[in-house]
Amino acid sequence: MNRIFEYLLPPQRSTVASEVDSLFTFINVTGFILFMGIMITILIFVIKYRRKSEDDVTPVITHNSILEVTWTVIPIILILIVFSWGFRGFLTLSTPPSNAYEINVTAAAWFWEFRYPDGGTTMNEVYVPVDRPVKFIMRSDDYLHSMYIPDFRVKMDVLPNRYTTAWFEATDTGQSLLFCAEYCGTGHSDMLATVHVLSGNDFEEWLETGLEVDEDMPLAELGEQTFTSAGCNACHTLDGTDRIGPSLAGLFGTDRELDDGSVVEADEDYLRRSLLDPQAEVTAGYPANMPSYAGRLNERQIDGLIAFIKELQDE
Amino acid sequence: MGNHSVATGKKSHLQHHFVDEDQQFESSKFGMWIFLVTEVLMFGGLFVAYIIYRSWHPDLFYMAAQELDVALGATNTVVLIGSSLTIALAIRAIQLDKIKAGINYLVATIGLAATFMIIKYFEYMDKFGKGIYPGSAYSYDGIGHDMAVNFFSIYYMMTGLHGIHVVIGIGLIGWMTIKAKKGLIHSGYYTPVENTGLFWHLVDIIWIFLFPLLYLID
Amino acid sequence: MADNKAQTLKIREFPVEENPEHTYLNAEKGIWSWLFTVDHKRIGLLYLFSITLFFFVGGLLALLLRTELLTPAQSIIDADTYNQIFTLHGAIMIFLFIIPSIPAALGNFFLPMMIGAKDVAFPRLNLASWWIYIFGALFALYSIITGAVDTGWTFYTPYSTQTGTSVVSMTFAVFILGFSSILTGINFIVTLHKLRSPGLSWSRMPLFLWSLYATAIIQILATPILAITVLLLAMERILGIGIFDPTMGGDPVLYQHFFWFYSHPAVYIMIVPAFGIISELISTFSRKTIFGYWAIALSSLAIAFIGFLVWGHHMFVSGQSELSSVVFSFLTFFVGVPTGIKIFNWVATMYKGSIDLKTPMLYALSFLFLFTIGGLTGIMIGALSVNVHLHDTYYIVAHFHYVMMGGTVIALLGGLHYWWPKMTGRMYNELWGRITCGIIFVSFNMTFLPQFIMGSQGMPRRYFNYVDQFQGLHQFSTIGSYILGLGFMIMLVYLVWSLFYGPKASSNPWKARSLEWMASSPPAHHNFEYTPVILHGPYDHHQPIREFHMGVAKEADEQTTEAERETT
Repeated sequence: MNRIFEYLLPPQRSTVASEVDSLFTFINVTGFILFMGIMITILIFVIKYRRKSEDDVTPVITHNSILEVTWTVIPIILILIVFSWGFRGFLTLSTPPSNAYEINVTAAAWFWEFRYPDGGTTMNEVYVPVDRPVKFIMRSDDYLHSMYIPDFRVKMDVLPNRYTTAWFEATDTGQSLLFCAEYCGTGHSDMLATVHVLSGNDFEEWLETGLEVDEDMPLAELGEQTFTSAGCNACHTLDGTDRIGPSLAGLFGTDRELDDGSVVEADEDYLRRSLLDPQAEVTAGYPANMPSYAGRLNERQIDGLIAFIKELQDE
Repeated sequence: MGNHSVATGKKSHLQHHFVDEDQQFESSKFGMWIFLVTEVLMFGGLFVAYIIYRSWHPDLFYMAAQELDVALGATNTVVLIGSSLTIALAIRAIQLDKIKAGINYLVATIGLAATFMIIKYFEYMDKFGKGIYPGSAYSYDGIGHDMAVNFFSIYYMMTGLHGIHVVIGIGLIGWMTIKAKKGLIHSGYYTPVENTGLFWHLVDIIWIFLFPLLYLID
Repeated sequence: MADNKAQTLKIREFPVEENPEHTYLNAEKGIWSWLFTVDHKRIGLLYLFSITLFFFVGGLLALLLRTELLTPAQSIIDADTYNQIFTLHGAIMIFLFIIPSIPAALGNFFLPMMIGAKDVAFPRLNLASWWIYIFGALFALYSIITGAVDTGWTFYTPYSTQTGTSVVSMTFAVFILGFSSILTGINFIVTLHKLRSPGLSWSRMPLFLWSLYATAIIQILATPILAITVLLLAMERILGIGIFDPTMGGDPVLYQHFFWFYSHPAVYIMIVPAFGIISELISTFSRKTIFGYWAIALSSLAIAFIGFLVWGHHMFVSGQSELSSVVFSFLTFFVGVPTGIKIFNWVATMYKGSIDLKTPMLYALSFLFLFTIGGLTGIMIGALSVNVHLHDTYYIVAHFHYVMMGGTVIALLGGLHYWWPKMTGRMYNELWGRITCGIIFVSFNMTFLPQFIMGSQGMPRRYFNYVDQFQGLHQFSTIGSYILGLGFMIMLVYLVWSLFYGPKASSNPWKARSLEWMASSPPAHHNFEYTPVILHGPYDHHQPIREFHMGVAKEADEQTTEAERETT
């Protein structure tokens, strides 16, 4: 029995998971018993009362008060149990403890950005401590998104006009996936992030070192890493095919025709402007919907990306 | 199989699937009432949007309403109430077979409805002149509230949808006038004009709600 | 003779040889006599033809989606096309197929017949509703040609106000289709109130009509809100009025409230008529009086009423206040009670019956199986804390397919087979009917059962790419969907075949008791040649049909005398 539910549900890796799962199990088991009861009754009736001849005479049974009251009252009792059980869990889910570690989350088409209280940011990766409540304070830059971590049983829509919050307390170290669960266009199904749950010490250590950019990494290599970690790959390919934006292959040094008809060369300055103020110069034929990366990438990452794009042209 | 009721002039409008004229008349009227319910609900959606916005920005609604011309709005209210009276008189006259008087009242109703639309036209033009447009074309800065456009978007949606109903009403009343002239409606059969009257009263009533909600805010 | 009010005539079954030569099918000829007919039966068939067409279009799109999902990454179409196709699949299936399906096709055909009327109250309005429907469909087609729509059928703002696709023409299509739905609703309510034959009291009304009545009430009360919602959405796109646009002080959650205020009751527009069909099928094929007539009739109205108070359960994680979520969850569970009552009453009807597993009955039993799963999983996602986990996952997708397809479509198929002889005058092939029902039942479960599992494991919906762990279940589901498609193709073939080569049907092959079976198969142009006076209930199976009588109302025309000649 337990193995069935272990298969049906993702691993329980937060404090609320077991409570949600126990209600899930309760409804499934009760529902299954009810369902089998109805189906077996139907099966028995179909066999026992199958038509024997065209002249079968059937009794007139219009109602039966006791029976009808029973099958009204029992479901009412069951749904009241389910309601209050679900209500209790919901209460837990929607009241974050006051001592929670707060991370600001920004969702934009199509990446996640996480800002830590100490000032650092990460993109499409979030690091959280184990056994400590973590609260996401979330806001969207554009459409509706929804922050969903199946392993933690939390989900909350992210809105453009106000903050929404979600919280969890991870119980195991390791990695879990974060999905966007509210449809948001082309890159919706690629809008994933990884949640890294670290032990208390590891997390403190990561806060010290992890947010700093590796100064030794070659620029182009850092650019390649940023290309995926900043979510550029949701819209831009490296193989010459169009996605939402133009492919980056062979882009450097070419003349770009803009949507106002002017032409500009894709040099280092252009690439930098495109990252920091993307709406200013939009290549003709592509939608003007790239979010600005000003304040999201540090200087070295921007240089890295430009170096990476330059290198693509050489290949 | 055609109409198998006796083909005397006054009975010919009875459709084959009705047993008698009472049944046909009651069905039509009942259908019209249900239709009016759907109309009320459709406007109800806009009223809900209005209530929500007003509860969010009560100060905005007060400030923006000062831009609307209460005198013109009040005149229009009187005009529409008058037209409700004339159409009621028209129905009464047709029920009594005073077709000529009925036609006159119908024409008077059209005249009043047109007056309403003309006044509305001047109101709209005055707003457009100031740059008060619905939505992103809005360019008026005489109201010290950055959500001012919201009030006018709702204003234009509500009065615009109402205006469309007035125009449809004019069309229907015009059609009734033609019917009356051709002798197709009379004491024996006045269902269409009765239903048109119901529709027109609804248009009137909606305006009676719109006027204080939009013009008279304090 | 005509003034003799008490005359009755014996109900009898017209054997095949006595089927009349003149029926509604050959009363008039030519394509125009169909396209501009005001006969409710022909309009019903026009609708039946149209919804079948759109069902196959929508189904084909679904198969494309399932094929794409065979692999975790791109297989045959790109992400934008995928998004457009699932939007179209949803919009077509909901607005063009399932909402008009049972009421406008089967309801139009049988509602007047079941109350002994010659037509609906407003036949021309009825024709207008079909034309408006076609016009709306053309609008939808136009929006597909001019760039399609990729918002999902829910048109959530702000995505729908900013995407570069033709949302405006699609919302106008929805607006127009809503009108068609309202006209049908008005027609049904007035017809049921004013045109019932003498003796057909509310307590003798077949349960199919009670369900259509409840449906019509929802159509009247909910559809205008949809109209104003899509109008506001269109104005938002055209003029930028900003009611739902956060950058202009609007609120996208307000849009969701507006949208679900219609679209949740609309779910009951889709399922309640199905309940009606199931009541007819189970009583007829168990040859037994329906158990709990009033409980079934009134529970339809109760569902219609509660259905207006639960829209917020689509929005537990939308950012609406926690208190609203709690209230909506509480109310939501109370839809479960009348629904449960119906299921128990149907099962109780079979007790001590004389059950014949003909194709329509097999569909009714499939309905009980699938719809009960759909209903119980509804309880699951009504529970607040579990909903947070399951919302916007494949669990939701599976749930509403079990309700909409396992419920409404299966009931529609049951009704279609049940009334096929009455509508066409031909019998379909019983063996093929049963085989196909089995194929559809098994493959439906193959398609959607895995989606429950994927959903509870955390697979979000509307995903073009997915993580590798779900591939096995996705592939299983896709294979199921192919078989499901095959099942529908087989059905199309044997039903069309029966139109030309099927054996002629007698007037009452199932020995049913409601009024439509007292007319010939196919019915005459005006259904009954006289105004019937109803002396029996629609489920009086306790006495043999040959002992039934029907009154003939006094009517001063020659039709009555014709009927008199047949009196005993």
